Amino acid sequence: MATRTLTFRDAINEAMRLEMRRDPKVILMGEDVAGGATLPHMQGENVEAWGGVLGVTHGLAQEFGWDRVRDTPISESAFIGAAVGAASTGLRPIAELMFVDFLGVCFDQLFNQGAKLRYMFGGKAHVPLVIRTTIGAGFGAAAQHSECLYSIFTHIPGLKAVVPSTPYDAKGLLTSAIRDDDLVIFFEHKLLYDMEGEVPEDDYTIPLGVADIKREGKDATIVTVGRMVHFALEAAERLSGDGVDVEVVDLRSLSPMDNEAILTSVKKTHRLIVVDEDYPRCSLATDVVALAAGQAFDYLDAPPRMITAPHSPVPFSPVLEQAYIPSVDTIVSTVQSLM
Amino acid sequence: MAEISKERLLWVYERMRLIRTFEDRVHELFASGKLPGFVHLYAGEEAMGVGVCAHLTDRDYITSTHRGHGHCIAKGVDVNSMMAEVYGKATGACKGKGGSMHIADVDKGMLGANGIVGAGGPLACGSGLMAKTLGTDQVTVCFFGDGAAEQGTMHESMNLTSIWKLPVVFVCENNGYAESTPWGYHCAAKDISDRAVAYDMPGATIDGTDFFAIYEAADEAISRARRGEGPSLIECRGFRYYGHFEGDAHTYHSEEEKARNHARDPIESFKKRVLERGLLSEAEVAEIDTKTAKMVEEAVKFAEESPWPVPEDVTTDVYVSYP
Repeated sequence: MATRTLTFRDAINEAMRLEMRRDPKVILMGEDVAGGATLPHMQGENVEAWGGVLGVTHGLAQEFGWDRVRDTPISESAFIGAAVGAASTGLRPIAELMFVDFLGVCFDQLFNQGAKLRYMFGGKAHVPLVIRTTIGAGFGAAAQHSECLYSIFTHIPGLKAVVPSTPYDAKGLLTSAIRDDDLVIFFEHKLLYDMEGEVPEDDYTIPLGVADIKREGKDATIVTVGRMVHFALEAAERLSGDGVDVEVVDLRSLSPMDNEAILTSVKKTHRLIVVDEDYPRCSLATDVVALAAGQAFDYLDAPPRMITAPHSPVPFSPVLEQAYIPSVDTIVSTVQSLM
Repeated sequence: MAEISKERLLWVYERMRLIRTFEDRVHELFASGKLPGFVHLYAGEEAMGVGVCAHLTDRDYITSTHRGHGHCIAKGVDVNSMMAEVYGKATGACKGKGGSMHIADVDKGMLGANGIVGAGGPLACGSGLMAKTLGTDQVTVCFFGDGAAEQGTMHESMNLTSIWKLPVVFVCENNGYAESTPWGYHCAAKDISDRAVAYDMPGATIDGTDFFAIYEAADEAISRARRGEGPSLIECRGFRYYGHFEGDAHTYHSEEEKARNHARDPIESFKKRVLERGLLSEAEVAEIDTKTAKMVEEAVKFAEESPWPVPEDVTTDVYVSYP
């Protein structure tokens, strides 16, 4: 399969484009996903619609028309709920929640409706819906536009949660998510959108719930997702200079989660560090540590460590924000302290 | 009224009577301690659900409320599977996983009773969007109560269906109380249907005990939606005989109000009218009374004799696939 370099943003765009070509039941809806709906000067195929505040859906309205790429009012409850209703009656919608922090506005439609319909109806319905949303600090966007929150979704039965870290993974995982018959929340880190990588031109899938060993090593295991994968890889590179050989496990999907990949790696390296940009309590980090403590305790040569954001909202000032985000330095020193 | 066929009138009376008998029986069963959980009964509101659903086919959708038994029966859901669900049995409409507050039958277009007040609005937008996107003539009716009229979801949903011209009809069943809070207190509008103006859709307030008025208003709104002309809002002013839930002493219903409600019983009003005009005979009505009583007793027997779910079922049906 021919490949070329694409950004994380364009890889996501391409996954949606190919799936919308493949299946007329796939539609896209959200605030400004086209931009300028109904304006007279925005009609026609050659018009450059905005394509979302971060440009991820650029060009889709031109190709698929304004009926399949729907700008919504700023009514998150109505349009996320509409996506749930449409999915349970025959469409395969992709709904964009501009920032994950807006979850609070539409939480009921997600966790009381979308996540539970199948169960409450005794398996006689399914909700093939993808909700794409942006996560992450480092953008100077402060407390209401910078969270990760994927742990909240991971907590809820009926939802799947996917967090890609590379353009290749983003396209393959999103393609799988769109074809999946369950409700998948797809978390895109804002600071990864410009990252480039090799991406095949054709469509391909990466199964949900399968971790990827981004770097093999024998001395310590770092389990992580999203942007922190790259921090972990940088730390591993630095540590290799000291003769410490770190394995980096990119979970890619938090629900389902690849428990086997975590346990296999921990049993090999005997040391576990979880790096997580989300809040520390009842989180991905605590979940992974609990798994290792329960099922690989005898293999551990050191206490598992968690490197996370603090139990605090995301601050605005660049100085505070940098202090807030887990750093490569912290990862390096934490691994060293376990050796 | 003249255009309603005899066959349709028989169906209407049967559905309304079946709802009443079902609810009265659930009331007794609950009081005798046979039913787990809690139930919200629809008795008194029969003309609303049946008057509206008389215009729908199995392909059309409805979203319902916590008070959903009547909507299920009006939409044609099997009463055996409903009663078994209320009991929590494996043969229930939802295999005992939903209970009274979540009875659903997607094959019948019934998208679920719902435990969250006002949650059906966005879901109705969704099935409406499906019909519009795929170019079908399916209509969705969103039933909601006067309490839900104060939820933001309903306002967002009415706006969304209007700007997208979705084939959705909003039917507010105003039974006078949001749980125990009177609607005159919780609602700033004179009529809930006044809000239609804000969303540029037709709105009407009608007598929720008058089957024929509801049937006519629903015909107009549903036909309009089916023609692709967008949503409407119908407010039906009625009452419920029982409390918000079973066990609610409903002291907010004064004796005077209860007497007033009994005097305008929707089923008795319907019966009086069709008998007076010779549209149905006493014998036909009596036959339906017997038939529906038998259906409900059979449903109770079916539910009581049905097996319980097995504990292993706790974790099935969460996902389609979860490795």
